Amino acid sequence: MQALTNRLKEVDRRKMNFLERLYLISIFKGMMITFSHIFKKKPTIDYPEKTRPFSPVFRGLHILNRDEAGRENCTACGLCAVACPAEAITMEAAERQANEENLYREEKYAAKYEINMLRCIFCGLCEEACPKDAIYLSETVPPADYQRKQFIYKKEELLIPHPIENFEAYKKALGNRVKKETDNFKI
Amino acid sequence: MADEIKKEAPVAFKVTIDNITIDVAPGTTILNAARQIGGDVTPPAMCYYSKLEGSGGKCRSCLVEVAAGSTADSRPMPKLMASCRTTVMDGMIVKNMTSEKVIDARNGVVEFLLINHPLDCPICDQAGECHLQDLGYKHGVESTRYEFKRRTFEKEDIGPFIQLHMTRCILCYRCTYIADQITDKRVHGILDRGDHAEISTYISKAIDNDFSGNMIDVCPVGALTDKTFRFKNRVWFTKPVDAHRNCENPKCCGKATLWLRGDEVYRVTSRKDEWGEVQSYNGQVGWICNTCRFEKKKTNDWTIEGLTTISRHSVIGANKYATLEMPIDTIKKVLHGRDPKLLMNIHNVSGVNNPNIHLSEIDRSSQMEDFVKSNDFIKGEGESTQWGLPKE
Repeated sequence: MQALTNRLKEVDRRKMNFLERLYLISIFKGMMITFSHIFKKKPTIDYPEKTRPFSPVFRGLHILNRDEAGRENCTACGLCAVACPAEAITMEAAERQANEENLYREEKYAAKYEINMLRCIFCGLCEEACPKDAIYLSETVPPADYQRKQFIYKKEELLIPHPIENFEAYKKALGNRVKKETDNFKI
Repeated sequence: MADEIKKEAPVAFKVTIDNITIDVAPGTTILNAARQIGGDVTPPAMCYYSKLEGSGGKCRSCLVEVAAGSTADSRPMPKLMASCRTTVMDGMIVKNMTSEKVIDARNGVVEFLLINHPLDCPICDQAGECHLQDLGYKHGVESTRYEFKRRTFEKEDIGPFIQLHMTRCILCYRCTYIADQITDKRVHGILDRGDHAEISTYISKAIDNDFSGNMIDVCPVGALTDKTFRFKNRVWFTKPVDAHRNCENPKCCGKATLWLRGDEVYRVTSRKDEWGEVQSYNGQVGWICNTCRFEKKKTNDWTIEGLTTISRHSVIGANKYATLEMPIDTIKKVLHGRDPKLLMNIHNVSGVNNPNIHLSEIDRSSQMEDFVKSNDFIKGEGESTQWGLPKE
């Protein structure tokens, strides 16, 4: 067989002598390698205290966007759900009532909106399909959990905080990528 | 229509459309001759409706180039002709998709049709089966050049069954023809002129005729939509099946398409043919009455025949399968007939598609109060414990 690297070593099949059978030298040799690694640069980081820089196209947990007045952008048009290759998105629509113009931007809104994060493959097709700028994949890494039911994200969990009532949380949810836009944002 | 004339006049006219020659009966329009050929040769029609007498000639989307008038007079026609209103002559040569002039003109027509259209497809219930959407997708441009305010209208309630969105209307007049031709009396029409022209009823009269629901089916856009289906689901998430029932109304054919979600009938429409028009049965147009359309929303009201054939390119066919082949359940065999324990039943957690909520039984649009029960989860077997392992 042709060797893939030049580091190929033949295994020594000779019978071991007494000193070798004690394994002390081998153990010491191995420990020296382990010990030498203490002085080498760490390849890991202390997550979550430190985080690695994100790729500008990183696709994390979804957020449902609001407009400047805090109205929900989503109109439950179903394009994200039909675009979703994993069939993770489900929704139910409702008609906006006369006194709800400050809550929802359009005549129709998502009464229920759910993303099954167990199914989601974070491809971002929902974001691309959205005609209303309503769904975005944020920079948040989806958290782990012990229970499956925690991965069914409801609309309340997906919706971005209100930009007027809770501006700090809203800005944080927007993430660093849109920082420039929010700096110009006036309350 | 063409078939009826054929019997009286056996002489056939030879007409060439996009280099395809066909013999048609005299008096056939270019559009109907093209429909006999079928496929891409057929010009689109937004206002013409073969089942409605006098329709056509309004939207101009069916414009074609007549390269030679006839064998007797082979001069081309100076302007593009509306193919739904121009009858064929012997030896006529028509260019539709092969003519650059036609494509250019059609792009212009679509731009004109979309000038005042609100483009609220994400909200519109017609989206997915809208002819203007298809036409705009094929011939439209990505953005508008129109800088002015789009026309708007005061909202008008035209009764409990039909929702009127005047902003979406393209003034094709189909709904007024249908009221004239298949209902006893017409209570709606076009008011005002030009930019102010609107479909309206006289002094907010409710449209309550037995066959008024067919207005919804003939409307090429989302101007007239079903109020009992309003916002309940998108068209492409519902499954269309052909069904029939014995309707008491002698004028109603009783053959319809049911749009199902699970076992619930969300919407009933008449069956459509390949041109998006209501199907005919033995020469009779298959209009359905309002009882069938709005009140029979249970599967046991109907005899289901089978899945409706949907065009391969339509979004309505997305994620639906004519035959569903389930894999053999090996777990049950291995466990000696016992059911595997579910780690999670989605209905225990999900607030969407709750089996306790029956949107089909609500005779208005879906509203927030209809979903109050949706957080009552279906508790039962297969509940997961903390470690995701089945309960003992």
